[in-house]
Amino acid sequence: MKHSISVTVNGAKWTGEVEPRTLLVYFLRDTLGLTGTHVGCDTSSCGACTVLLDGRSVKSCTLLAVQADGASVTTIEGIGDAEHLHPVQSAFWEEHGLQCGYCTPGMIVSACDLLQRNPDPTEDEIRAAISGNLCRCTGYQNIVKAVQHAAAAMRAAKPARERVGAPAD
Amino acid sequence: MSTRVDPQPITEDRPTVQIGRSIPRLESLEKVTGETEYIHHLRLPHMLYGKIFRSSVAHGRILKLDTRAARELPGVAAVITGADVCALIPEPYYGPAFHDQPVLAIDKVRYVGEPVAVALSEDPHLAEHAANLIEAEYEELPAVFDEVEAAAATDTFVHDALKPAGTFPDLKHLQGRTKTNVALDFSLRHNDAERGFEQADYIFEHVFRTPAAIHAAMEPIVAVGEPRGSSAVTIHTSSQSPSFVRTEVARLLGWPENHVRVRTAFLGGGFGAKLYIKLEALVAVLALLVKRPVKIALTMEEQFYTITKHATTVRMKSGVTKAGKVVARRCEAWWNGGAYADIGPRVTQKSGFTAAGPYDIENVSLDSYAVYTNLPPAGAFRGFGIPQLVWAYESHTDIIARELELDPLEFRRANILRNGRPQATGTIMRDTATVEVLDTLERAMDWKAPRDPGDGNVRRGRGVAIGFKACIAPTTSVAIVNIYGDGSCAVYCGTVDMGQGSDTAMAQIAAEVLGLDPRAISVIHPDTDVTPYDMATLGSRSTFHMGNAVRLAALDAREKLFIMAGKALGCDPGLLSAAGGCVRAPDGRQLSVGEVIKSGFLMQAGNLIGSGSFRPTYTSPSHGDGQSSDITPFWMVGAVGADVEVDMETGHVRVTRLVSVADVGTVINPAIVTRQLNGGAVMQLGLTMSEALRFDHGQVTNASLADYKIPGILDVPAEIFAEAAPGCQHSGPFGAKGAGETGTFAVSPAIANAIHDATGVRIYDLPLTPEVVYRALRAAQHNPLENEL
Repeated sequence: MKHSISVTVNGAKWTGEVEPRTLLVYFLRDTLGLTGTHVGCDTSSCGACTVLLDGRSVKSCTLLAVQADGASVTTIEGIGDAEHLHPVQSAFWEEHGLQCGYCTPGMIVSACDLLQRNPDPTEDEIRAAISGNLCRCTGYQNIVKAVQHAAAAMRAAKPARERVGAPAD
Repeated sequence: MSTRVDPQPITEDRPTVQIGRSIPRLESLEKVTGETEYIHHLRLPHMLYGKIFRSSVAHGRILKLDTRAARELPGVAAVITGADVCALIPEPYYGPAFHDQPVLAIDKVRYVGEPVAVALSEDPHLAEHAANLIEAEYEELPAVFDEVEAAAATDTFVHDALKPAGTFPDLKHLQGRTKTNVALDFSLRHNDAERGFEQADYIFEHVFRTPAAIHAAMEPIVAVGEPRGSSAVTIHTSSQSPSFVRTEVARLLGWPENHVRVRTAFLGGGFGAKLYIKLEALVAVLALLVKRPVKIALTMEEQFYTITKHATTVRMKSGVTKAGKVVARRCEAWWNGGAYADIGPRVTQKSGFTAAGPYDIENVSLDSYAVYTNLPPAGAFRGFGIPQLVWAYESHTDIIARELELDPLEFRRANILRNGRPQATGTIMRDTATVEVLDTLERAMDWKAPRDPGDGNVRRGRGVAIGFKACIAPTTSVAIVNIYGDGSCAVYCGTVDMGQGSDTAMAQIAAEVLGLDPRAISVIHPDTDVTPYDMATLGSRSTFHMGNAVRLAALDAREKLFIMAGKALGCDPGLLSAAGGCVRAPDGRQLSVGEVIKSGFLMQAGNLIGSGSFRPTYTSPSHGDGQSSDITPFWMVGAVGADVEVDMETGHVRVTRLVSVADVGTVINPAIVTRQLNGGAVMQLGLTMSEALRFDHGQVTNASLADYKIPGILDVPAEIFAEAAPGCQHSGPFGAKGAGETGTFAVSPAIANAIHDATGVRIYDLPLTPEVVYRALRAAQHNPLENEL
């Protein structure tokens, strides 16, 4: 029996029926055609399928689509596109923070989650934030550099007064 | 067409513009927006999904295969077994070295996880459900798992007879051999090892082992078969070797190659897992049988049953003089190839001949055995066997240095193989920066700086290691450079960009020749209907082989461009130059590339096509002694220095610093090369510290990334860097050579040598898990733990 759900994905509302066993990642990929969210391990180990659910990063192979009913989901396609790159996307490109690119959307989403909570993270905080995302190619150093670079760019772009009183975490 | 079979020296002595530039990777924009094409995403109209039913026994005769319940499940389109495959292909056995692997099991199964049948449905969940309804009965047969035991077995054989593919002349003598699990035995004799041992003052002998492991590319193996009538097929695949897939699938079907089209997209990592035939023959057969497109996408778990890294046992024996000179070395290597040979026999030979290490040793004796066992097949894995050998010879070399109380780095430098001297095959080493790599490593890690050895529970140590590899030979790459009517340009090449950045490197090479901006050059991805032949993307061969082919193709296109421009400018083509997107005459007049084309075709039309084919020279090793005057087009050298902290109470090892130095010739894109070196080092760090397939009677017991731990960011040393040593491969494109594997070579022994430096305890078997280290510490205290591994 199918379930009716209503979910906002990258700002657009979608209402329809899904099978109860459908994982959120397959709903995004197969039903909505948003293939930027990748499937790596299928067992919540690798993080290639990371998306934002109501603003917080989740592994979309760990959730059923029905659990996203009423929620707002942001995938890599909603983070930014080629004409409007998010600073995190620009930084991964420019700082060579990727190789095969398969883990990259999940990495970028996790980094966005971190930077919206903590605009000035330490290196250890960056490492902790992306410790749920595996990369088999890069050795991670330039992923850290990319997140640092993005954080600096986002802080520089934000007027100074907005930063006053920002949380120190 | 420009064809070169000889290594050509660099002919242009002008300073380069595009070489040595760290331009951002051409394909990365799509990767950060999630728009990159992977075959993983492909869906075709009327496509079926296949799920594989796999063997649950390690060795057995198939008595009964009951597919009725699966076939009768509503929504299931078909269930295909080995018998169905045989109806289409009477001899459905494939493999690059041996034709030993069936498309689906026939009569027998030879490892747990072997594909036996496939259930097909439009719904992948239904296909999986149906596969679970299939039942098989087996007559279980005795099985062999250990490579040394299997090689010596007298009554248990994985295959009834050896079936060499015929591709490689040195395997032909094995045809029909029975009562053996040794698929290939390779021998090398350089002078007289026994006499060398007699001359030595000290003899050292040790045995080292490495476990099976998996590549764990983030994109699991995937392929889609698409029938085009009954006599043609398209295969969309995450393959590193599309040209081989075409040749092999055409051979199986008895078709000409031009009836099989193989295309790839970007690959989500490869590391050797996606070479030769993996799912391609299966999806082609399924698609032709059911007359619909068929997709099979492995799960990460299924990759553990598909292709692995060879487990090895390596025995090393050295004779050393009081002066610290290694005068003789004998090596025996057993490679656990699993149930099907895949490319294992090539690993056995091509890496086997380097088993004595990058040292100038007068007397060498090597024996290397590819061994069948009842485990998942082993094949190519980043380094092609070299990291296993380096683990052995660099642990062994370190033991010798420390027992003789010689500085480990100085001992290596005193014995290192230098340019102009013969390697064990007899090939004279050239353009190989062995000394420079050691010197650079010594400086980069400040080797002689005083260090804190720690005390109490935390001990600190430092280790080094160096390894080398011969590039596989002989292989061919062909490339096309096409300049379009508007002056834009594309490179057609069969090199698969699986993350190594080859698109960017090839564009930089073509841009250098044509005076264009590399970012304006598009690189057409492998499609055997479109792109010319390339042996495969493996073994760090692409920058050298395809780079040379692209350079030749660009030179060919430039020659045609200059002839056309010469007419338009009224100038001798030989006096023209290409720079800044223009063709320039000596008097300063210039035309853009687009204007030149328009001058020739009178409008925005036509093509200027250049092509290049590259195959270096090669002399096969002679049978018996393995000697060759020309064994490889180039050598790669990688050294690593490691600092570690060992917790004496838990055996936990923390690598605090990892320094990689490599000879990659001239660096085309330093940022990409540095990533490759560091990425390779971190991959090998995982294979050193935690990664090992665990088996119970042939059944993998840790087939998931939850149980099989690859490095996460918290496992990576805080201090890690890579440096290219000064070097130039004169036969390479602008002096470049391969870099994809070099970072992996020396990581494992460098860390074990550092652990020894810290604790005085030597470990002979990978991986260096806390349990292994703690047991070794306790054993050294004459207080061993119970329940030994």
